[in-house]
Amino acid sequence: MTSTFRTPEGGRVDRSTTVEFTFDGQTFPGHPGDTLASALLASGRHAIASSVKLGRPRGIAAAWAEDPSGLVQIEEPFPEPMLLASTVELYDGLVAHGLPGQGRLADVPDSARYDAMHVHVDVLVVGAGPAGLAAALTAARAGARVALVDEHSEAGGSLLSGTDRLDGAPAAGWVAAAVAELAAHPEVLHLQRTTAFGLYDDGFVLALQRRTDHLGGAAPRHEARQRVWRIRARQVVVATGAHERPVVFPDNDRPGIMLAGGARTFLHRYGVRVGSEAVVFTTNDSAYDAALDLHRAGVRVAAVVDARPEGSPLRAEECRAAGIPVRTGSVVAGTSGGDRITAALVAPLADGEVGRADELACDVLLVSGGWNPAVHLFSQARGRLRYDEVLGAFLPGERLDGLAVVGSAAGLLDLAGCLADGRRGASAALTALGIAPAAEVRLPTAPEPVVPAAPLVLWRVPDASGAEGSTSFVDLQRDATVADLARAAGAGLRSMEHVKRFTTIGTAHDQGKTSGVLASGITAELLGVPVQDTGTTTFRPPYTPVAFAALAGRDRGRLFDPERVTALHDWHVAAGAVFEDVGQWKRPRYYPRAGEDMAAAVLRECAAARSGVGILDGSTLGKIDVQGPDAAVLLDRMYTNLISSLKVGSVRYGVMCGVDGMVIDDGTVLRLAEDRFLLLTTTGGAAKVLDWLEEWVQTEWPELRVHLASVTEQWSTFPVVGPRSRDVVGAVFPDVDVSNEAFPFMTWRDTTLDGVPVRLARISFSGELAFEVYVNAWYAVAVWERLVEAGAPQGITPYGTETMHVLRAEKGYPIIGQDTDGTVTPHDLGMAWAVSKKKPDFVGKRSFARVENQNPLRKQLVGLLPVDRQTVLPEGSQVVDFLADGRLPPPPVPMLGHVTSSYRSAELARPFALALVKGGRARIGDTVHVPVGGTLVPVEVTSSVLVDPEGARRDG
Amino acid sequence: MQLIECPWCGPREETEFSYGGQAHVPYPEQPGELSDEQWAHYVFYRDNPKGRFAERWNHNTGCRRWFNAIRDTATYRFERVYRLDDPQPSATELAGPRRSTS
Repeated sequence: MTSTFRTPEGGRVDRSTTVEFTFDGQTFPGHPGDTLASALLASGRHAIASSVKLGRPRGIAAAWAEDPSGLVQIEEPFPEPMLLASTVELYDGLVAHGLPGQGRLADVPDSARYDAMHVHVDVLVVGAGPAGLAAALTAARAGARVALVDEHSEAGGSLLSGTDRLDGAPAAGWVAAAVAELAAHPEVLHLQRTTAFGLYDDGFVLALQRRTDHLGGAAPRHEARQRVWRIRARQVVVATGAHERPVVFPDNDRPGIMLAGGARTFLHRYGVRVGSEAVVFTTNDSAYDAALDLHRAGVRVAAVVDARPEGSPLRAEECRAAGIPVRTGSVVAGTSGGDRITAALVAPLADGEVGRADELACDVLLVSGGWNPAVHLFSQARGRLRYDEVLGAFLPGERLDGLAVVGSAAGLLDLAGCLADGRRGASAALTALGIAPAAEVRLPTAPEPVVPAAPLVLWRVPDASGAEGSTSFVDLQRDATVADLARAAGAGLRSMEHVKRFTTIGTAHDQGKTSGVLASGITAELLGVPVQDTGTTTFRPPYTPVAFAALAGRDRGRLFDPERVTALHDWHVAAGAVFEDVGQWKRPRYYPRAGEDMAAAVLRECAAARSGVGILDGSTLGKIDVQGPDAAVLLDRMYTNLISSLKVGSVRYGVMCGVDGMVIDDGTVLRLAEDRFLLLTTTGGAAKVLDWLEEWVQTEWPELRVHLASVTEQWSTFPVVGPRSRDVVGAVFPDVDVSNEAFPFMTWRDTTLDGVPVRLARISFSGELAFEVYVNAWYAVAVWERLVEAGAPQGITPYGTETMHVLRAEKGYPIIGQDTDGTVTPHDLGMAWAVSKKKPDFVGKRSFARVENQNPLRKQLVGLLPVDRQTVLPEGSQVVDFLADGRLPPPPVPMLGHVTSSYRSAELARPFALALVKGGRARIGDTVHVPVGGTLVPVEVTSSVLVDPEGARRDG
Repeated sequence: MQLIECPWCGPREETEFSYGGQAHVPYPEQPGELSDEQWAHYVFYRDNPKGRFAERWNHNTGCRRWFNAIRDTATYRFERVYRLDDPQPSATELAGPRRSTS
């Protein structure tokens, strides 16, 4: 392949370097600075893929993100679907193929990096075309902190696509000077290849920077491939330009049919002639520039077909001079061709009637139906749009605080006007910020604008082919046509939101950049209502597609959520622990020995704790230090039981409820001093309980003199559990009298170990004699190792959360959040004893007096013993009851409750479960059934306390 | 993402805050003397206006302080933030110039 259609000179590609790429298995040359589309066109290739529903050939229809049809799949260097040939910057070794509407995600992990940056600015300018550059210069010179973002590889916007001159020289010189000046301002952040894709509240804008995409396989691996900029701007200046709008006509989708402005961009920016023989179809003056420029570049222009009865007298004169025929009052009424257009059918249009067509041979058809300002960001800011009947376009229809739309995004189409508007928009932003503008910013002199002939608003050419609009494509990517819109109107749809969903127009990859306004215009025609009344559909972020990888940034894999580990983590790893996630914590679940599975390890660990001694890392338990003269008053109000009567040196179990009387957490309370308590919460409830207490202290009882602080990570905690625990603790802490008389259950004692303060507490979550050891996390490993060493003669066994769960469940101790949900009261848990009758009030008390709380059929916590002594009931299983005849009731079978915890018990030598069962305590001794894998397992209802119901073991 | 003006820290991103429901719903003086219905009104019933609403907010990943705000539930705009010990601004006050809270 050779670049037959590359112009001999011009364009902004680097002709000194040639790169090779592969498209649909064929090798093509190109230059740095090309897009995939421009390089394909340089080799004469227009067809890209077939369409998604109809399989019609489709090609490159525009030069940038508004292209509805040039979809490709990248295969090398890394698979990426659904990109536009027009926006993929070319690099050596690129392998791609055309996509019939659906792509393929990579089936290997993406090894590229993605990240995010936050930036705060006074003024954000979106778009570095003439208006945007003028705005950025104005703001920068005033000393404002400015960000300028633009989605192209270089600044200039429309100036890159034309032949404009500024200050009597090619506009590129002014662009280069402006960029250099911005670079010299220390407070200016200028980002190219950066698309502002979403505008949110209070000047918050998300922008995607493509940092190394254009380097392909040569991208440095240490550099983030894409970066999401999270920009908070006090003022936003939107200078996003305009998208050219096509006109719809029969067979308007063939490869070789493209927007006139796109053809001009390919010529001037990339040095590519899009064909050899062109027909230009327009409703306005702008396409004459394309016709004349292509003619000068050696493309034969068969005709300019101008739908306006009078055409453009001034531009027609230029065409005559160049020898280009102009047909006014005419339209393209159809096309011929296959994989490429071969002819345009040109016919007169008068009074809405298409006349006799004659065929004009061509290999490209360039279309312009006018310009749609890119109002997406304005619309995302909930700005109201106004339909302009002259332009046939929607413009910003109101002023928004903190956001100015300038240049062709505001409907201006002349260069001098855009430059001035950019400066005006930035000046207004500076005024709003109270920043004094610099002395008048001089704008470059643009040629005196020629007043264009009035455009004609023409959405579609009537279908004289007999196809009734079924080949007149509105949304090429969705294969949606005028006939589809007619069906929508015929079905009674009036809202564009409904029409969009009925026809799928505007729902594709391009989100209706070319099709949206066309659909509004044609629907208005079909319904016979003004276009202002049909309006547009809502513009939503993202403006262009954004990869999830970019949005995820570094928050993936291990960095998705913080991991919290205890001070003993390395010890656990060395001991071969299997970990489980408990919230953000990594906790040892069990410590398997060689050949052991979890069941075997847990049975061994449970037996050790019940018959000898075990040790658990309980450091993740929430710990809250409560201090102040009114600390006891607060805790009396927050716990269901009485805390103020607790003596210094003692410990009490407490339950906390919401105002609705439902249990939200439980734990133990240590009274450290008259005015100081240490609260132990569940691991998962730690943050929630602190928040809950803070809420009441701050919002209801600010008069209470009390302060709360989390000390979870300051104190490491190790329960030493089992009948031999007294020997171990006594050996390690000889200064403490560990006898039951001197150190009774539910008390705590302070001591030291080699000068390090240690607190011991007789608290048991297993029913066994147990000592909890509290030590500053810095000394955790040393103290733990002392305990393990001292316990060696007793066979001290480290155990994990699984064993902890079994031991507590055997004693009927609930885990709040596992054995409860938001509908369980302390009474339902059989903990009426933990609800004070003396206190006049506490949070939740009033709710207990509700009639419903006395209902004997409330779900209550009970134990379940599978009769077969084998089945471990799956947690979450339903509990059902047989009728008197021993059969299930007819469906729907009433659910009595569900299994909340279920384990094998070494102590009971059988599996057991805890469950919430309707009227459960009254059913103790009954047999009910639990469906497990299609069979009904008979289970006996028991008390929730299955081991040591007398509590004889806690004192050893 | 909105900026919410914490009365203690100034404007911060909304993800730093958590919502605390309707403001000025005090815990009853004597819950035991309320009927079930009166108690249910305290526990469950809240206003749901379209427009101005006095709400509680907590700057929970910042200073962890609670405060009150007047917010428009239709536009999401915060019209005023005020400390818990400030009285609820009247409609007349809200119609006046926006008080600086920083």
